[in-house]
Amino acid sequence: MQTKRTIFPNKVLPYFLLAPQLVITGIFFFWPAGQAIWQSFLREDAFGFKTTFVWLANYTALFEDPNYLNSLQVTLVFSVCVAALSLGLALLLAVCVDRLIKGASGYTTLLLWPYAVAPAIAGVLWWFLFNPTIGILPFIMERLGYNWDHALNSTDAMILVVVAASWKQISYNFIFFLAGLQSIPLSLREAAAIDGAGPFKRFFTITLPLLSPTSFFLMVVNVVYAMFDTFGIIHATTEGGPAQSTNILVYKVYADGFIGLNLGSSAAQSVILMGIVILLTFVQFRYVERRVAY
Amino acid sequence: MVENKPWLTALAHLVLILGVIVVAFPVYVALIASTRAPDEFMSGLIPLVPGPHALGTYWELLTTGASTSGAPPLGPMMLNSLVMALIIATGKIAISILSAFAIVYFRFPFRQFFFWMIFVTLMLPVEVRILPTFKVVADLGMLNSYLGLTVPLLASATATFLFRQFFLTVPDELLEAARVDGAGPMKFFRDILLPLSQTNIAALFVILFIYGWNQYLWPMLVTTETGYYTIVMAIKRMAEVADGLPYWNYVMAAAVLSMLPPVLVIIVMQKLFVKGLVETEK
Amino acid sequence: MATISLEEVRKIYAGGVEAVKGVSMDIADGEFIVLVGPSGCGKSTLLRMIAGLEEISAGTIRIGDRVVNRIDPADRDIAMVFQNYALYPHMSVYNNLAYGLRNRGVPKDEIDRRVKEAARILEIGAFLERKPKALSGGQRQRVAMGRAIVREPAAFLFDEPLSNLDAKLRVQMRVEIKRLQKSLGTTSVYVTHDQLEAMTLADRLVVLNGGAIEQIGDPISVYEQPASTFVASFIGSPAMNLIPVSVRDGRATLDSETAAGGSGLSGPDLANGAGYTLGVRPEHFVPASERPADPGDLSLTVTTTVLEPVGAESYLYATIGGDSAANGTVANSAAPHVVIRVPAAARHQPGEVLSFTAPADRIHPFDKATGKRIPR
Repeated sequence: MQTKRTIFPNKVLPYFLLAPQLVITGIFFFWPAGQAIWQSFLREDAFGFKTTFVWLANYTALFEDPNYLNSLQVTLVFSVCVAALSLGLALLLAVCVDRLIKGASGYTTLLLWPYAVAPAIAGVLWWFLFNPTIGILPFIMERLGYNWDHALNSTDAMILVVVAASWKQISYNFIFFLAGLQSIPLSLREAAAIDGAGPFKRFFTITLPLLSPTSFFLMVVNVVYAMFDTFGIIHATTEGGPAQSTNILVYKVYADGFIGLNLGSSAAQSVILMGIVILLTFVQFRYVERRVAY
Repeated sequence: MVENKPWLTALAHLVLILGVIVVAFPVYVALIASTRAPDEFMSGLIPLVPGPHALGTYWELLTTGASTSGAPPLGPMMLNSLVMALIIATGKIAISILSAFAIVYFRFPFRQFFFWMIFVTLMLPVEVRILPTFKVVADLGMLNSYLGLTVPLLASATATFLFRQFFLTVPDELLEAARVDGAGPMKFFRDILLPLSQTNIAALFVILFIYGWNQYLWPMLVTTETGYYTIVMAIKRMAEVADGLPYWNYVMAAAVLSMLPPVLVIIVMQKLFVKGLVETEK
Repeated sequence: MATISLEEVRKIYAGGVEAVKGVSMDIADGEFIVLVGPSGCGKSTLLRMIAGLEEISAGTIRIGDRVVNRIDPADRDIAMVFQNYALYPHMSVYNNLAYGLRNRGVPKDEIDRRVKEAARILEIGAFLERKPKALSGGQRQRVAMGRAIVREPAAFLFDEPLSNLDAKLRVQMRVEIKRLQKSLGTTSVYVTHDQLEAMTLADRLVVLNGGAIEQIGDPISVYEQPASTFVASFIGSPAMNLIPVSVRDGRATLDSETAAGGSGLSGPDLANGAGYTLGVRPEHFVPASERPADPGDLSLTVTTTVLEPVGAESYLYATIGGDSAANGTVANSAAPHVVIRVPAAARHQPGEVLSFTAPADRIHPFDKATGKRIPR
């Protein structure tokens, strides 16, 4: 791990400096995480009188539960759609801004602010636009011959949450793509232009490959975002419905734990989710350390 | 720009204008809806031009709450959100700048271990471990308190990581010069490192303020007393009622109110915000 | 003012790499010592050990009469000038100079007096309120010097302080540092990889190689009597020519020489045997026409490849041997190359075959295996 060439020789001070963060991380992360792991091996009876140690039964039950498998699938579809949609649009917008000399910062400002909107609020905004009775989008779709109803139609519900989640994430991706584009030396593109590559060819043969570290990084971030930070969107709009069609993993953990009161199963789900996040964190970290090492 | 192709530039402008419109549209509609009277949402189409009821609706929401939509006044909730966001932002910055300082500028047993302990929490949202965390906070008697609202959310490594990355870029010679100049660790921290971190602190503050303000699930669970409600969590309650009896004007006004402070922060501090974002993840 | 003495000083890093391998030397009070060597030779590590920024794995360092091995850098009574200056970017020039004094509790008016005095000496009085960012490279360099001067330390430590400046400024600051050090009379240790800087600044040079001292001495004696092929090739520019030979019957033969060649060298009086390296500086060759070879002189037939005029003189690049195979356009890779100083007026064409001699007392014989100088 990187440190400084020279350091302070104090032996006790660093522990005091670390203490606040370690205490908080210990109490509010490791303790609950430990409890989740412990809890995931237990099963309570319906009245909470008796608790039995059931080894991995909660986990095996999960992977035999069609609802959980459905939730896995829903999460996968949701994450891939959100990542693809928001990354694609953000890249398009960033490339356009990068082209401009005048007005670039104005557009940036106008594209930036959805980042500040809470996921739950984003959900409510789009829920309103998609409202089957008074929403403007269903009104237009009806004219085009489609009868929109996200309360009954699974696909409609999925589209609603994907759109809301992507909308909020575009600004984030946009900022990173723009920063990535602007860090590509102009001379490279000039060299390609002299070599006779037109603007579109240049984009696909020079810009996009050079942007791949940013893209990879954003892909991981977007998957993490879609999987874990979109709780508010689901909760404020579809609540996992209709027929579990938008019941993503992070919502199911909450629903099973707080509403279904199925503690063992919820704990096992928590443990699996934590595993996924930590895995993704390490993937990201390796990448970060590599970049820093330049 | 590499070569001059006016039609490409025009195309770029066109795409961007469309993009800006798509991005702004939901909020525009919300703004319009919040200026309309409740009975205009019974059926048909959302109106797309402003109505005359803006001031009345907002004033009512902020001060007395919309009794018809089952919501307590939003003013105090916004205040709670502000308190929560401020505590989270300052708290995170304070604890993480210290721990990053320890990790970068000292060598001591278990340093690596502690770093990883903090680091695994980097991308771990509280939602993932929501039930056990809630239990711990409940057991500690921290429900319905600002402490309960904020402290558990401080357990995350993003800020620590940012400061670590930044400290690693501070030239080694600066520390060496300071040591030759007779500065001990805390003096170096206060006189050199802290002033140098100013921009990073400010940038991080913007990010963390938004993060804190936008918390949803956590305040929903930890607060049962209206006195501790935050505005983002309250929207759901209002929207639920609205679905039965469509008081969309109130819901949308509340949505506008809840996004106003963080959006303003971003627009005013755009440069810092972009820097903060790009650096946290670098 | 103080002496500095090093006794068998070693630095072994955690990985087992030995960066400094038992260095001993005594630095007199007021002396200007330059540590010189290629990158990775341990010179900076050694300086940083004197400063207290690097732990000492073994051995003893004394500043004055005090063993400083375990003493904090702040308490060693030294001041350091860093390569990148390490000015505190958020402080004004004044505060940069004053910071170390404040930390030591020097009274305010005394700080003010010393800062103003240093500013006057270094002619930075006009910038005292500016931030380092608003200064040019040369001005920053002066501020860094000022920070050292105000401390009035027992010793100055310089870590490649001029390498971030452009060539012209470097020469100017070099002169200034020397003048300043002489007028203050402060013991100084100066690290550089630039042999010219080392030669011009040093009272005594310490040439380091691979963590050990190759040679200590005043610049002229190091130049004239290099202790090893390493020193010979490191000090002086263009570098000393090193020609591998073997000696038979008082005649040196080029190692690479083919049976057909035979022409290249006639040699100095050395014991028979293989394994010599003969060193001759470029300026010590004389055209054979001007100076017939005495016994013991080196005479050399070469084929020119390139003539490089530098103004006051020119340098002739050539391969040894008058073989037509090395026709000057294609370098004969087997034959050693030599660089010879010729008058600026010389007009040699590539491919010319020329003869030179070098007087016996200008030939430096080295043991090829150890690289050490063979005393004569």
